[in-house]
Amino acid sequence: MNLHEFQSKQLFNQYEIPVPSGLVAKSPKEAVDAAKSLGGNLWVVKAQIHSGGRGKAGGVKLAETLSEVNQFSKNMLGQRLVTSQSGSDGLPVELVYIEEGSNIDRELYLSLLVDRSSEGLIIMASEAGGMDIEAVAASAPEKILTQHVNLNYATPKEPLGLRLGLDRPSQVEELEDILFKLVELFYKSDASLIEINPLIVTKEGHLMALDAKINIDDNALFRQKSLLKLRDDSQEDDKERAARSHGLNYVSLDGNIACMVNGAGLAMATMDLIKLHGGEPANFLDVGGGATAERVSEAFKIILANSNVEAILVNIFGGIVRCDLIAEGIITAVKEVGVSIPVTVRLEGTNVEKGRKLLKDSGLKIIAAENLTNATKKIISLANGDDQ
Amino acid sequence: MSILVGNDTKVICQGLTGKQGSFHTQHCLEYGTQVVAGVTPGKGGQEHLGLPIFSKVKEAVDKTNATVSMIYVPAPFAADAILEAADSGIELIVCITEGLPVLDMLKVKSRIRNYDCKLIGPNCPGIITPGSCKIGIMPGFIHAPGSIGIISRSGTLTYEAVFQTTNEGLGQTTCIGIGGDPIRGMNFIDCLELFESDPDTKGIILVGEIGGTDEEAAAEFIKSNVTKPVVAYIAGVTAPPGKRMGHAGAIVSGGKGTAEEKFKAFELAGVYTVKSPSDMGRAMAELTK
Repeated sequence: MNLHEFQSKQLFNQYEIPVPSGLVAKSPKEAVDAAKSLGGNLWVVKAQIHSGGRGKAGGVKLAETLSEVNQFSKNMLGQRLVTSQSGSDGLPVELVYIEEGSNIDRELYLSLLVDRSSEGLIIMASEAGGMDIEAVAASAPEKILTQHVNLNYATPKEPLGLRLGLDRPSQVEELEDILFKLVELFYKSDASLIEINPLIVTKEGHLMALDAKINIDDNALFRQKSLLKLRDDSQEDDKERAARSHGLNYVSLDGNIACMVNGAGLAMATMDLIKLHGGEPANFLDVGGGATAERVSEAFKIILANSNVEAILVNIFGGIVRCDLIAEGIITAVKEVGVSIPVTVRLEGTNVEKGRKLLKDSGLKIIAAENLTNATKKIISLANGDDQ
Repeated sequence: MSILVGNDTKVICQGLTGKQGSFHTQHCLEYGTQVVAGVTPGKGGQEHLGLPIFSKVKEAVDKTNATVSMIYVPAPFAADAILEAADSGIELIVCITEGLPVLDMLKVKSRIRNYDCKLIGPNCPGIITPGSCKIGIMPGFIHAPGSIGIISRSGTLTYEAVFQTTNEGLGQTTCIGIGGDPIRGMNFIDCLELFESDPDTKGIILVGEIGGTDEEAAAEFIKSNVTKPVVAYIAGVTAPPGKRMGHAGAIVSGGKGTAEEKFKAFELAGVYTVKSPSDMGRAMAELTK
């Protein structure tokens, strides 16, 4: 689960990690009121969406007057902001964050995440802050420093601030203090990533988090009840959200051949197979081990909500669940949901012959294929209208 | 022969009295696995599926001499269940439970490093030595005793590899689902090492997926340590970056962990790769002819 910048900064505040003062606003009027109450004569208006790359997309604006605060907020609110990372539909801006302007001397990058290979936390830092860190990693990997963290944070022999070339001992200490608190926040909030880009050194010589991004481990939400309240459904794909509420895993893609599969690995493999044989997958969808009539019905509804879909490939490796039961579920679902586009089904497992016969005799537009490769080739030709 | 589990393996089940634990243990018993007891805190002294229930793993181990534990305990308590098994002298812990918080797994891994025990999973189908011992949720009937070792991060893709090798007449020595989480117990390399030294394993199928760099590490390992033929398949070529594809560990992040990189690593290491999941069995049949 992702948090908004303003939510992440509220958490930073609780842990005394320095951030600029700011207030969140739902309307241009609230934005102007926020700027007034913050005071000063320089504000930053920041669109609150779950995506990076906001600056280049016009989602972060520096305002020198209250009327600019009003204007920039008006331009952002109610719009969809398309960034390099948001996907082509962009994400809706329902809130802006109004922040006091900062005097920036240097921009650094700092993040904390779970490192799979060392099976611990890792700090990543760079002197090249404010930029796309993936681009830095690609063009100048030597500029990315890493530091492993044990269960508790301990300052290493050579503190990170020295390696980053911070000018003053006080700044090196400030960074150590921030790291200590970040690690504490990471553990207490079950984060999977905390990223600060940029972490600035102000002209006054202090460190401050100018941006903040926190991802929470979905598996830990059962014990993060207060964070769960911060979930913003508007930032998620409607179909992905609907799928989640039915215990299905769904990811939208750009193609026209939908697939419904049991198991995440097999679901990915099915998408890949569609591509391998010249088709374009429309989605990833894992119906889970059960593949009951109810789940299959919900899955069809979600698949059909995507208007690009022209054909559906169902790939079920029935393990302990019998294929005839799965076939019955598919037939019920196709009837109930009213699927009018071609459906090809590959079934394998216990009672497979019985299952295939049920599909064949259903009188519906369902083709029971004898193996996965044939099922895939068949559905691609049907989607292309080759043998209608 | 086989690796890790066989005819003589005695298994307990943590979480036996729950719905999942009951259902799958019943299937394991029918397959012939020697499940000898269940563990559910507070239910010690009861009986379930004809098996004695203990409140603590240690009591179950003392009474039954079991060496393996199969865990179906719900995710919020699964990390503690793993650690209790490790503390009680269990040699092989198979955690089927899905949805463990990643920080729980970091704690588990840092603790069990000090023990002489192995962990498979979590979020995995388990381990099976066909005809002898099934520990987990895989459908037993698709397996056949034979000569191929299978290692996979995905459940149903493991079944594909199993089904195909059965149909090719090769069969399997042992199949291990190592699980779809980013932080897990045994990894590809641990399993490769065991299959390499198992005289009955003639070939190995490795099924990977996007996310992390374990396939790359496995490729390096195979290059210098594995003499047997290996077929590798990677799922997720079409997965969009930054999206978690069902498994917690199946995500391309920061441009890292793509299927292309993994295929390339295997090809550079001289491993035979297949681009279609339907070709795993046939490729292995050709290599071991």
